[in-house]
Amino acid sequence: MNSCLQTIQDYGLRSIGIGERLLPKSDFTLCEQFTLIGSGLLWNIYFGVLALLFGFFLSTAVGLAKSSRVWFIRKPAEWFIFIFRGSPLFIQFFLFYEAFVLLPKLGWDINLGFAEITVETRWLTRAWLGALIVLILNTSAYAGEIFYGALKSIPKGDIEAADAYGLSGWTRFRRVIWPTMLRLAWPAYTNEAIFMFHATTLVFFASFPAWGQKGDALYYASYFADKTFNPFIPYPILAMYFIMLTMTVIFFYGMVNKRLNRHLPQEKRRKLRIRPQVIR
Amino acid sequence: MAFYGSFGLVMALLLVTAPVALMFGFGGAMAARSHFLPLRWFGKGYTAIVRGVPDIAFFLFFVIALDQGIEYIRHKIKCPDWDMPIRQGNDFVVCAQAKMPLSSSAAWVHETYSFALAVVTFAIIFGAFAANVLYGAMRAVPHGQLETAEAYGMSRRQTFWRILVPQMWVYALPGLSNLWMILIKATPLLFLLGLKDIVYWARELGGSKTQIFAYPHPDWRLYYFLGLLVFYLLLTRVSEVVLGRLMHRLTRGQATMGGMS
Repeated sequence: MNSCLQTIQDYGLRSIGIGERLLPKSDFTLCEQFTLIGSGLLWNIYFGVLALLFGFFLSTAVGLAKSSRVWFIRKPAEWFIFIFRGSPLFIQFFLFYEAFVLLPKLGWDINLGFAEITVETRWLTRAWLGALIVLILNTSAYAGEIFYGALKSIPKGDIEAADAYGLSGWTRFRRVIWPTMLRLAWPAYTNEAIFMFHATTLVFFASFPAWGQKGDALYYASYFADKTFNPFIPYPILAMYFIMLTMTVIFFYGMVNKRLNRHLPQEKRRKLRIRPQVIR
Repeated sequence: MAFYGSFGLVMALLLVTAPVALMFGFGGAMAARSHFLPLRWFGKGYTAIVRGVPDIAFFLFFVIALDQGIEYIRHKIKCPDWDMPIRQGNDFVVCAQAKMPLSSSAAWVHETYSFALAVVTFAIIFGAFAANVLYGAMRAVPHGQLETAEAYGMSRRQTFWRILVPQMWVYALPGLSNLWMILIKATPLLFLLGLKDIVYWARELGGSKTQIFAYPHPDWRLYYFLGLLVFYLLLTRVSEVVLGRLMHRLTRGQATMGGMS
């Protein structure tokens, strides 16, 4: 038990470079596997949360742009969605990585007032930024399509009612269209979020190198499976972690769903169910 | 030229996997509907687990697990008097006759074997997705139809095969076509299974030097991957159109929104 605490201290934050440098080489204990795979999960959470956060705003924009009546706003959005939804994420990772590698190595100094940081293009070839950008673009395309579909299915009466109240432009969007769109899109968007977290496991398998063996959960799981040649321990551990993660996502999205639906009469509120037949 | 062949590999995988996965899915959906409790648990558990975990983890898992499972069974049958444990520390040791494929066999056997493993892996995973879709579709068939069948004196089995199965396809089609798209988009993961597929060749040919020789051109991987992107875009676009047509045809005369119009 004590040695397990020691292991957690050594490897708990290994995936972000804190703790022991060398990974265990032989005689893996269960504790080591649990700790390392769990520490790798930090990356999955990082990618998933940030991609969803930034992707949310971008996808709203994309969804709105796709339903725009002006062709030079609509066309780019349509192409964006088509390209990112029509091609495998795996290929997108490869493509973007190669593109980022070819960029000239530049650096800019940015003065933040309290500190000066140097922004470098080299960062783009690192997983934490480069892969994040790909994930953001990918999720915006998928969620953009979802939001577009929701926008199209907003009841006409709602908008007419807003017009009758004299709301227009920004107010109408902010008070009527946007909340209704979110409410309609939310079940599908939850599904997308779950898939987003699953997609984060691809990062370190698609060309983005795991510098200094700082990888995500799957990276460590496959590390153990390679070393022990026994897939029956690390992958079930990984599966357990991911099922927990999925539950958490459903919990948070369920709370938001409740809030979005709070004005509806009780029997009309739709509870957020996992609808496994809906696949991204 | 192996590069162009690998496109064929991808298409072959798609064509072989789709029916197999559909079969798995059908089995899974039937199990989930079964009145025999353990079988129902199995059906539901199968779909739930595959859904909750990233599919790529399953790809990595099943390939090793299947390989070891097959070798273990062969080992039990072929070398009953083997007294050493199979798991020796970090190694998985079976007797030489039980190796799958035999280490003496030709290269194409190895390749076919790994391809078959990939197909089975894909089928297991997409079978679970398909099971979900078909399960939903079976429930979407109007209940009156089944009641009518019962009123005509059909047995449960007859109702299932004669009434439910022919009618469910329309309801299943949107889900299945979605699944087909996902299957297309999952094919580059073959690369992770160690097969020499298009991603592998794009990396090899595009790079300015490989293990074997150095190419005279600089790093072209970007363009190769761009080519792959276009290939996949075309593939998904074409299937979208074809499936749309199919849907249009199938809904003709059905009592659904699509059929009414």
